[in-house]
Amino acid sequence: MTNTTGKVFGVNGNMVTVTFEGDVSLNEVGYIQVGSQKLKSEVIRIRGNQAEMQVFEQTGGIGVGDTVEFTGELLAVTLGPGLLGQVYDGLQNPLPQLAEAAGFFLKRGLYLDAIDRDSSWEFTPKTEKGATVRAGDTIGTVPEGIFEHRVMVPFGLAGEWTVQSVVSKGTYKVTDTVCEIADAHGNTRSLTMLFEWPVKRAISVFEERYKPSEPMVTKVRMIDTFFPVARGGTYCIPGPFGAGKTVLQQITSRHAEVDIVIIAACGERAGEVVETLQEFPELTDPRTGRTLMERTVIICNTSSMPVASREASVYTAVTIAEYYRQMGLNVLLLADSTSRWAQAMREMSGRLEEIPGEEAFPAYLESVIASFYERAGVVRLKDGSMGSVTIGGTVSPAGGNFEEPVTQATLKVVGAFHGLSRDRSDARKYPAIHPLESWSKYPSAINDELVAYCRDILVRGNEVSQMMKVVGEEGTSLDDYILYQKSEFLDSVYLQQNSFDPIDGSVTIERQRHIFRILFDVLASEFDLHDKDSARNYFNQLRQIYLDYNTSEWESDAFGKNEKELKKLIDEKKKGYDPVAEDIRKRAGSAEG
Amino acid sequence: MKKVYSRIEEISGNVITVTADGVRYSELALVTSGHGKSLAEVIRLRGNKVSLQVYSGGRGVSTGDEVQFLGKPMQVSFSENLLGRIFDGSGRPRDKGPALEENLIEIGGPSVNPSKRIIPRNMIRTGIPMIDLFNTLVESQKLPIFSVSGEPYNELLSRIAMQAEVDLIILGGMGLKYDDFLFFRDTLEKGGAMDRTIFFVHTASDPVVECLMVPDISLAVAEKFALQGKRVLVLLTDMTNFADSLKEIAITMEQVPSNRGYPGDLYSQLAARYEKAVDFEGAGSITTLGVTSMPGDDVTHPVPDNTGYITEGQYYLRGGRIEPFGSLSRLKQMVNNTTRGDHRALMDGMIRLYANYKESVEKKSMGFRMSEWDQKLLRYGSLFEAKMMDLSVNIPLEEALDLGWQILAECFDPEETGMQSKLLTEFWPKNVERSSEQESA
Ligand SMILES: Nc1ncnc2c1ncn2[C@@H]1O[C@H](COP(=O)(O)OP(=O)(O)OP(=O)(O)O)[C@@H](O)[C@H]1O
Ligand SMILES: [Mg+2]
Repeated sequence: MTNTTGKVFGVNGNMVTVTFEGDVSLNEVGYIQVGSQKLKSEVIRIRGNQAEMQVFEQTGGIGVGDTVEFTGELLAVTLGPGLLGQVYDGLQNPLPQLAEAAGFFLKRGLYLDAIDRDSSWEFTPKTEKGATVRAGDTIGTVPEGIFEHRVMVPFGLAGEWTVQSVVSKGTYKVTDTVCEIADAHGNTRSLTMLFEWPVKRAISVFEERYKPSEPMVTKVRMIDTFFPVARGGTYCIPGPFGAGKTVLQQITSRHAEVDIVIIAACGERAGEVVETLQEFPELTDPRTGRTLMERTVIICNTSSMPVASREASVYTAVTIAEYYRQMGLNVLLLADSTSRWAQAMREMSGRLEEIPGEEAFPAYLESVIASFYERAGVVRLKDGSMGSVTIGGTVSPAGGNFEEPVTQATLKVVGAFHGLSRDRSDARKYPAIHPLESWSKYPSAINDELVAYCRDILVRGNEVSQMMKVVGEEGTSLDDYILYQKSEFLDSVYLQQNSFDPIDGSVTIERQRHIFRILFDVLASEFDLHDKDSARNYFNQLRQIYLDYNTSEWESDAFGKNEKELKKLIDEKKKGYDPVAEDIRKRAGSAEG
Repeated sequence: MKKVYSRIEEISGNVITVTADGVRYSELALVTSGHGKSLAEVIRLRGNKVSLQVYSGGRGVSTGDEVQFLGKPMQVSFSENLLGRIFDGSGRPRDKGPALEENLIEIGGPSVNPSKRIIPRNMIRTGIPMIDLFNTLVESQKLPIFSVSGEPYNELLSRIAMQAEVDLIILGGMGLKYDDFLFFRDTLEKGGAMDRTIFFVHTASDPVVECLMVPDISLAVAEKFALQGKRVLVLLTDMTNFADSLKEIAITMEQVPSNRGYPGDLYSQLAARYEKAVDFEGAGSITTLGVTSMPGDDVTHPVPDNTGYITEGQYYLRGGRIEPFGSLSRLKQMVNNTTRGDHRALMDGMIRLYANYKESVEKKSMGFRMSEWDQKLLRYGSLFEAKMMDLSVNIPLEEALDLGWQILAECFDPEETGMQSKLLTEFWPKNVERSSEQESA
């Protein structure tokens, strides 16, 4: 606490105006004393001796003249071992512990430690007396689940420090001093396993940032093959309500090939988080054999929770993501929905009576969104290891119209765009990513030329289908009709995927590569088909077997049998390859071989 | 005794401003005017200027009227005595019964800790195939009926209410037409459900501010009953009126509107109410069915749009039927895996084919020749509409599933349906007349 105190002067929704004496800084945290409760708040504007604060709680009962204490600290999160598996609100209060203390309902003014101060860990020192260390350097490690959690020099310490002492290997409480350091001026610091970091500041203690290029496998065919996401990259999923944004993020949070997943449930339904909460402790991560919960952190500030902490929640999430990146891990942050975060900004901006931009969003919306996604990246750390933060955010555009400020601002900065379409979700074509409108700037795990060939079929097939609406099936040539059937085939057996099927729901890259060959074979072949009815029947048959193929276990008997049947059926009608495809295939083949 | 202020400095719409000390945000006051007494709620504090929204409206309020602060927020009486009673948006009796004062509870309380929620698990059977089969309603779900005016949404609401197995029904009426209010009352009375029903009704002729209170009062009472182990069904009709009241107050308060005049916090305001739907572990539950009328049949209008982003699906009512497109129960997958093995596949498959049917209809309307496949789809579509979509159909889920296969078999070859072979072997009906072939032959 600083000496600065203030008094409430006005209340307007969740914004309180405070008259203060002394010094106050922007984004500083203060507590408003209401009866026996202290309500956490953040300074969001200062004018003369008045500060506007957003209150992270309901403001009912606050009165003019109530005391405000300023802390001198910016809004920060606690970093240290024990974050994994936790479920926090937007301000990093552990929700299960809040429930133990307060029951079914959230209780205003109740704040708990993010990491239990009595927890202890087996500490192995990684530095020694006399060593020179800087912010972010590892002084020791503790085993957190399957990870070697690095205990680091706090990121905010400037300059070089010399290790005065470090404890020997053993079990220590998170609050025990494990290392003492001093700088050239004789300033000393006692380091524990915990430290704080202000959420709105990116962690930048690394050597170099790289261009994202390695695929971040989601096991969703359409994404990995057609619209890939790279580790350290960014992507967004805009879509109208009910199109499948949350389901897509949920399956990604399960199946993505990353070390750690941070889920930021930002201003959406509480019920959706519950599924994750209850299922993850039961599900095993095939990569590690441990439960999924052990690689997950959930930041849950759902729609009926205070709006100001919703605004904070995405920053809390990305800060924790950056922290684990500093350990040489690949972290995926999934934020659902960034629009709710933007709306929280809009609400505050309105109360501050700032000049509104488009749809009343604040003028700084774009730059705030851009700097959030900028916190993704692949970095080389000082010890040479690589870490990454990948950010995927959903966007909930008003009216499902992508021409709105949040979607547009996001599209400017992300590396991949998975736009969900109402038409596709209405037709139950899941995942409802629009295959013609979506894009990715990242390389696919499957040969780009082959993929481009398939996309071309999709584009041309769609043209035929549009044309058919005008000239009818009878006005369409057989060749065009077959093209159309091919694009429909690609759509129904490869782009569409049954998320709830134990097999089809997650498809490894190995399997994608394998089944893609057969898909390509169908798309690139010229078939001996004489009329539209026989063409339709033929593709129906292919589809039927391919769907069964998709739901049969990898390399099982059924899988082999379906594959054989498919090949047989293709060979029955195949006249040869489309010459263009033949060329691509040869090039791709020699590239792979 | 609290001080009485007898100088109102500003009256704008339903909002009045007085100079007063020691007032707390959200506190209630009693405004006494020549027309009687009304509650008012503090909605802004700035120094000693206090702005209040007057529940009975600003009309007729005079600068000389008295304002007395009550030192407490809005409350409502909670007890078994509420059952069978009818109240207005401020909790005053609308029937001839006595006013209730005992056991006051606060309204608009804190939200449930997400970590205390449980996964919804019980299907609510309605006997309506478009719901039970295609978009199953689940206990603790929040789900609106999207509808243009003139559709029988209140009929649908009351039919579901009567058929659903719940312990208690709370009807929150907002801007309800008096006739509709009478319709609900009569239906529930006839069905013998009146003694397990509570009404909080704001009618179209009541003051706007009282409309704002209806969801909070209804849900606060529902929450208490749910905590006592009751399965409560809350019906909120019409939430668009609620949103319009919010808009009216926001404009009076000179807030910058975000979209077609609605305030920027419309989403949060609606969510605060809908998110009250819950299943308490070890106790009861709240299921919320709302009505959201769509001005101009426009689903992108801010009210249905924001609602869709909050609720767990929606039922589109159009032409007296629940439309398969756009309608969605997002919780259906929580329960439809334990109903019958073919439920999910049939649900998806039939809708996919119905989408194809719609395309064929479009082609037909443009005068194209109908292929054999189109013919099959057309036949399918008309059977589907007549046997499944018609709201008069009232059959249990299992019968609806059988009927689904029957319709498919009457129209298609098995492999044309895109269903997995496994299911086709198990469920494809034998010996079904394929009349479509005779037609096209
Ligand atoms: N991949 C999928 N497979 C099967 N069903 C799906 C899939 N994706 C979405 N759905 C269906 O659509 C419903 C809505 O999906 P979801 O909740 O993900 O939508 P959303 O885009 O997040 O909507 P909102 O913006 O309102 O949150 C789901 O409950 C489910 O019934
Ligand atoms: Mg969602």
